[in-house]
Amino acid sequence: MPDMNTAARSAAGALFALLSSAALAQTAPDPWPELVVDIFHSRPIAAADGVIALDAPARAEDAAIVPMTMRFADPTQIKLATLVIDQNPMPMAAAFTLGDTSGVGFIETRVRVNSYSNVHAVAETGDGKLRADAKFVKASGGCSAPAVKDEDEAVANLGKMKYREFKSADPGKREAQIMIRHPNASGMQMDPVSRAYLPAHFIDSVEVFQGETPIFKMEGGISLSEDPTFRFTYAPNGAKTIRVEAHDNKGGVYKGEWPIGEAS
Amino acid sequence: MLRPMLALVAALAPLVAGNPARAFSLSEITSGVYAHQGKTSLMTRENAGDIANLGAIVGDEAVAVIDTGGSLIEGRAFLAALREKTQKPIRYVINTHAHPDHIFGNGAFVESGATFVGHKNLPRALAARGPHYLSAFRDQMGDALDGVTIVPPTKTVDQTMTLDLGHREIVLQAWRTAHSECDLTILDPKSGVLFSGDLLFLQHVPVVDGSLLGFLDVADRLAAIEATQVVAGHGPLPAPWPKALEDQRAYLTRLTADLRAAIKKGEGVAAVAKTAGAEEREKWKLFDDYNARNATAGFAELEWEGP
Repeated sequence: MPDMNTAARSAAGALFALLSSAALAQTAPDPWPELVVDIFHSRPIAAADGVIALDAPARAEDAAIVPMTMRFADPTQIKLATLVIDQNPMPMAAAFTLGDTSGVGFIETRVRVNSYSNVHAVAETGDGKLRADAKFVKASGGCSAPAVKDEDEAVANLGKMKYREFKSADPGKREAQIMIRHPNASGMQMDPVSRAYLPAHFIDSVEVFQGETPIFKMEGGISLSEDPTFRFTYAPNGAKTIRVEAHDNKGGVYKGEWPIGEAS
Repeated sequence: MLRPMLALVAALAPLVAGNPARAFSLSEITSGVYAHQGKTSLMTRENAGDIANLGAIVGDEAVAVIDTGGSLIEGRAFLAALREKTQKPIRYVINTHAHPDHIFGNGAFVESGATFVGHKNLPRALAARGPHYLSAFRDQMGDALDGVTIVPPTKTVDQTMTLDLGHREIVLQAWRTAHSECDLTILDPKSGVLFSGDLLFLQHVPVVDGSLLGFLDVADRLAAIEATQVVAGHGPLPAPWPKALEDQRAYLTRLTADLRAAIKKGEGVAAVAKTAGAEEREKWKLFDDYNARNATAGFAELEWEGP
């Protein structure tokens, strides 16, 4: 399990570097070796070798909403898949523990990307080994910022969920999407009146079940976009419902359950 | 960063050489109403962030400045040009929203003693985004960003506010989240000129950094404003009102329709960002710089529609 505390400490350092030496951004040191120490406890990481693949856009069109997809050739081999945005203030975006029989073929989510950054998708396989795929993502130009679009709206809709189903390209699987209304706020902005930093407010775990069987459990932080969204395939087990339980760092609990439809 | 100093001087020459006011075009579009047209471009070191339209309204007693440009360099050039037109005190500096091309010049006006005015959400938008903007724009603007500070408003507008410039009362109106979450318009009833900020783009493809549906809604409601001419946030000025809204409405409507169709079909956001709105490409400048971004944000917004 990734260590969120050390990741957060290294995040604070990364934020300082980002704000204080922006002029050096193009020659910024590669944070990955340190992230391997903090998040993966210096364990050796092999090449992806087809076990895991990361789809990422070459350019972050909207820095606040950058789609990332992790694909798994053989889901039965994957225990944990971790998505790391190397240059972000909090690099560990999300870690997905896959259910043993989940059959998850891919998970797509959306992240914030603060600046030009490598993105790593790291798989831990059943034998305890780590494998990683990486893509370089250019930050968007213009006024794109990795911030909440409309804070009032985000707070007003807090915790609402939506479930969608799609026709899966893989005939043996179902494809679904879970969406959760949440500002997923960083807490790194200063209240202009009190000059105090506003507290972070973000989804830190999402569990998705078919019936009582886990499909995946996600542990994440502020690098996930506002309104965290997960689209994925899974192997159906005959269950009648999809159930979701999400928690945020302030103790908020958000639950949803939907009948599994006919889309297949 | 280590380019020779000569190159720096050459690059910034249009704005800083000799009398800066001479290089900075500021035209009187009608009696007492001035406007500057920015380049239709991204912010660069070479243009010192001069990409947005700016303005000033002069009453019998005082001046209101509307947006300050994309760098301290541009803000100072604007101030110098304005001082060639009028010596009246600058009572207000109004920011139409939080984006860098409109606010990075604020620092040039601090010494004037003006009151900075903005939408009620502008302070928090600057708090959330300001540090990122200062960091992110260093890459593309280099030393043209030197001296830029984030100056938040001390007077904020909840809904509407009237400011008196001396026998000239201008009307500020705050809008729901549209182009951004802190859009403000300024109407000068005396001349019939509306300063729309980035609630109106001309030629420069519209940018959605707030809400696609909000932008469409506000653009429709803007049309009811009794103005005769508009100074858009970007593009030629002045433009006839409300006819100037038409192209933008067509773009936002097309993009919305494309996104809804794609979402209904179950397509993914990454693929849709490349296709939605594409029919509009030939009609706009900077389309490839912003359309995929608009499509991405619009997708995430419209995905919540329906059951």
